[in-house]
This record gives sequence, structure tokens and C-alpha cells, in this order.
Amino acid sequence: MSEAEQDYSAAGEIGQVRTRRTATQRAWLALKKAPFSAWFGMIVIAAYGFVAIFAPLIAPYGESQVFPAPFAPWGGEHVFGTDQIGRDVLTRLIYGARNTIGIALATTLLAFVIGGGLGLVAAINRRWLDQLLSRFVDILMAIPSLIFALMLLSIFGSTITSLVIIIAVLDSTRVFRLTRAVAMNVVVMDYVEAARLRGEGLGWIMRREILPNIMPPLVAEFGLRFCFVFLTIAALSFLGVGIQPPTADWGSMVRDNASLIQFAQYDITAALTPLLPAAAIALLTVAVNFVVDWFLHKTSGLRDEH
Amino acid sequence: MHPVVTTVIQRLALGLMTLFFVSIIIFASIEMLPGDFGETVLGQAATEETVEAFRKELGLDKPSYVRYFDWIGSVMSGDLGTSFSGRASSGVDRSRPVIDLVAPRLWNTLFLAGMTAIIAVPLALFLGITAALYRNSLYDRTVNATTLTTISFPEFFVAYLLILFLASLTQTFPSLANVTADTPFLERVNKSALPALTLTLVIVAHMMRMTRAAIINLLASPYIEMARLKGVSRMRVILRHALPNAWAPIAVVIAFNLAYLVVGVVVVEVVFVYPGIGQLMVDAVTTRDIPVVQACALIFAATYILLNLTADIISIVTNPRLLHPR
Repeated sequence: MSEAEQDYSAAGEIGQVRTRRTATQRAWLALKKAPFSAWFGMIVIAAYGFVAIFAPLIAPYGESQVFPAPFAPWGGEHVFGTDQIGRDVLTRLIYGARNTIGIALATTLLAFVIGGGLGLVAAINRRWLDQLLSRFVDILMAIPSLIFALMLLSIFGSTITSLVIIIAVLDSTRVFRLTRAVAMNVVVMDYVEAARLRGEGLGWIMRREILPNIMPPLVAEFGLRFCFVFLTIAALSFLGVGIQPPTADWGSMVRDNASLIQFAQYDITAALTPLLPAAAIALLTVAVNFVVDWFLHKTSGLRDEH
Repeated sequence: MHPVVTTVIQRLALGLMTLFFVSIIIFASIEMLPGDFGETVLGQAATEETVEAFRKELGLDKPSYVRYFDWIGSVMSGDLGTSFSGRASSGVDRSRPVIDLVAPRLWNTLFLAGMTAIIAVPLALFLGITAALYRNSLYDRTVNATTLTTISFPEFFVAYLLILFLASLTQTFPSLANVTADTPFLERVNKSALPALTLTLVIVAHMMRMTRAAIINLLASPYIEMARLKGVSRMRVILRHALPNAWAPIAVVIAFNLAYLVVGVVVVEVVFVYPGIGQLMVDAVTTRDIPVVQACALIFAATYILLNLTADIISIVTNPRLLHPR
């Protein structure tokens, strides 16, 4: 770059068409043009990620360490006080980031592996397999997913494994539909036909021919799906049938400290304690939504403004 | 036959078939229970005879397809089975029929949902249509930003914020919605105000955004531009040209959001301790009371499917292109 600046020639620049910008350069250029809301979203997500990864180093106490004073007020040794059995609220919030986000991320990834994989197969196959999978997904989607999740949890019990699998399977239906719909437009392209005639297997066609061409909508869907999964898991934990104690988690923290809200007139900070984890959930969803909004705008212009 | 009638019949048949498959899935849930759940329900001290009698009562000695038709038959005639709770290892049976548990709570839930719909639907349509007409104005941007934020909030966050400001700090409304069968109407409305307000905030956001998108989509179509260019007044364009085509998307938006209400009601009922069917289902899930869970799931799923079916049929019946076939 610096040499080119010293002796610049137009012919030289045209002659250099083959030196492309690297991926990092392109990403940085795109980022520089991102609006404020997207920057805000990315910074918030990065902060959550940092807290989640380094939870044991940041948290002042242990995840389920119990102190003698339950419902201690804010300030002093406990920045946000303690909960109903005397656990430090700040510590639980920090560990909650790790557990809640980790579980939601694992669920979303699993949903994409199942839904995305089957969606691609259905789009390539287009015969009985496509019909079978599509009709099955139609039926699964006819039941509201929260209701379905509640029913399945009552059968399999509320362990983290069953929670992850149940929500992943239920959410994979929507991923399946999207993947199948966008892959359908790509499958009919000549280069896919060429790959098929060349004798490439199903796995190659899925991974090397179709997947790279349907990435943008899938990435945007990943963000939205993550929000949805995250909210569902928080709602289930709030209802007491999701993540079980002593694992720290934001949904159940709201539920455990909810009674404190009655004392708002006497001590406003006490009333804010149950709202902290709820606000943590809300902030992350808003942040992800902002980033997805910007990403969609950039990649496809899928917006209603003209 | 008229094409509208054919399409409507097709949709009805499809809806019934979906309902049938969904009932099979819900029924199959009891099949997936671990084999020793008789002991779990009746307690460790249950004798072998009691467990055997319990299994017989559930019909576990018959093949599953026979049991399915027994079950769906009795559901059709209003018998939803007997709750698992209240059974003891001694064989004394204090359990209650599921229908007695469900019926009063179903009425409460319908009351809450109806109250929300009466407030939310006109409000959302008004906001959506005005935002679409004055799009990109300050009004539009304010409404849009507010709704985008409320969409991202979990229901219980909205609920607790409302409790904090309207019940705890200012005491405008009661924070406990403990209505009973003989609560007088006005008191019932007052007690259900906060849950209804929470649900309203959540669904108005969705409904308003979807209405706005549908109307903007419509106003961008060439025939509307044509009408404007030939000098038809703004009012007449909206009433005569846009509205006939707008009924379908608006009906879909309303039905979709009422269906969403069915799900949102679960969390909100738990927050406000409102004795509705959502809370019953959550309690039943915690105690693993499968017959109650099945009954609630069936009611929720049926409502959801029926609402979507209604939207489908309305959008077919009001479609001008189908009404005047060539």
C-alpha cells in the first residue's frame, strides 16, 4: 500500500485487478459503514460473550455460595444484594450469562444442524423424502412451540439435555422451511447440475455447491432463531420447568426474587433486583436484533422501506 | 362448483387432518412415558395390585390404536379423563376429572384473551394503518422504534415493569389477578387489567408492524398508483381500491396474533397468578400430571389451528380475484 502511494499510476492500479482485498479488509470496510445501532449491538454482544467466557474470573463469589443473610440490601459486600437463600445476586447474574447464553447457543446450533441438513436434503431430493419431511414439519408447526415444549418436558423431565434437544427439534422446523425454500432456488442452477453430472455425492453438493450460496439468509436466521430460543428457554425457566437450581440462570432468578417487587415504595433497589436478570435478557435480544437488522439490510435489502 | 367453495372445502379438510395428526402426537406422548411411571404417580409404597389396577384403568393392557380411538371418542363427548394428582399408594382415590379442573379456568382464560383482543386489535390496526399512510414521518419512526423494543422484551419483563410502576409504586391496579367464579364483572375487569395490558403491549407491537408492512406492500402496487394518477381522491383509493385487497392480509395478521396470544397467556397468567388454563398446564407439567397436560395441550393446539384456519378462509372468501372468476 505504502509503495503504491509513493509512485501512483492509473495504469498500474488497473493492472493490479487480481490483488483482491482480504476478508479482514472487506469486513473492516463494511463495519466502518455500519450504523450506530449495529455498533451498539455488536459491542453489547461482545461484552456478554466476554462475561460468559470469563465468568469464574469476574464473579466475586462462587456460583452457589450461600451467605448468612438472605435478601440482603444493595451495596456493601454484595453489590446487588443477595437472593432468597442468601446467594450473591451479581455472581448469579455473571454465571447466569454463561449458562443461559451457552445453553441457548448450543440449542440453536443443534437446531441448525438438524433443520439445515434436512432442509438441504429435501431441496436436493425433491421426491418422497421432501414430501414426507415437509408434511411432518407442517404438523409440528401446527402446535404452538411453547405448548409443545411444556408437554414434552412433562414426559421427559426437566434436565438440561432434554431441554436442549426438545427446543432444538421444535425450532429446527422453522430452519428446515427456510433452508428448503432458499436452497430450492439454488438447486436448479446449472453449476449444481454440472456437479451432479460430474458424479459428486450428496454431501459435496450440499456443502460445496449449495451452502455457500445460501449463507446470508441462514446467518440472519441464526440471529433471530437465537433470540427466539433464548426467550423460550428464559420463559420455561421462569415457569420453573426449564433450567433447574442450583444452576444460575436468568429466567429462574426473576421468578425467585419476584416477591421483592412489592417493596418498591420502601426500597426501590430491592424492587429492581428481579428486574436485573430480565433486563439482561431484554438487552441481549435487542442487541442481536439490531445486528441482524443491519446484516439483512446489507446483504439483501429485505426491508419494507422504498 | 364455485371456485371459492372448492378452496374453502379443501382448507377445511386440511385443517381437520392437521387436527387429527396433532391429536395423535398428543396422545402418543403418554406412550413415551417410562415403564415404571405407575410407581412414580402412586408413590414408592404402592402395592403391586394398585399399580396393576392403575395401569388397567389407563388401558395399558390394550393395543395403542384401540386406546387412541377410546381416548379421542371420550374427548369428543367432553370427557377428558381423570387427573393423576390426588392418587395415593393406599389405593384411596381422591383424583378429580380433568374437565372439572379445565372448564372454569378455560372460561377465565377466554375472558382475559377476549379483553386483550378488544383493546389490542383496534389499537394495532389504527396504529398500523396510520403509520403506513404517514410512513417515514416522525410519528411512524416513533411508533416503529417503540414496538421494536417491546417485541424484544420477554413477556415477564414487561409484566414486572408494569407491576413496578402501576401496582407497586402508584397502586393504580392490583398486582394479583386472583379472580374467582363469582367475582363481579367490574372487579374482574379491574383485577385483569394488568395481565390484559401486558398482553396488549406484546401483541400490539407484532400486529402493528405486520399491518404496516401489509398496507405498504399494497400501496406500492401499480393499480393503486394508476388510480391515483387518474385523479381518484385519496379517501376513495383507500376505501374502493386498497381495502378489498387489504382484508386478507389484515385478517391473517389478526388471527396470527390471536394465536400468538394463546401462547403468551401462559407466562402472563403465571406472573399475575391468574387462575387460567395456562397456569393449570404449567402446574401439571411440574407435577407430571399427564392427563391434564394432554387436555391443555389439545385445547391450545385446537384453538391455534382453528384461528389459523379462520384466517385462511377469510382471506380466500374476501379475495376479489377468486370472487369474480374469469
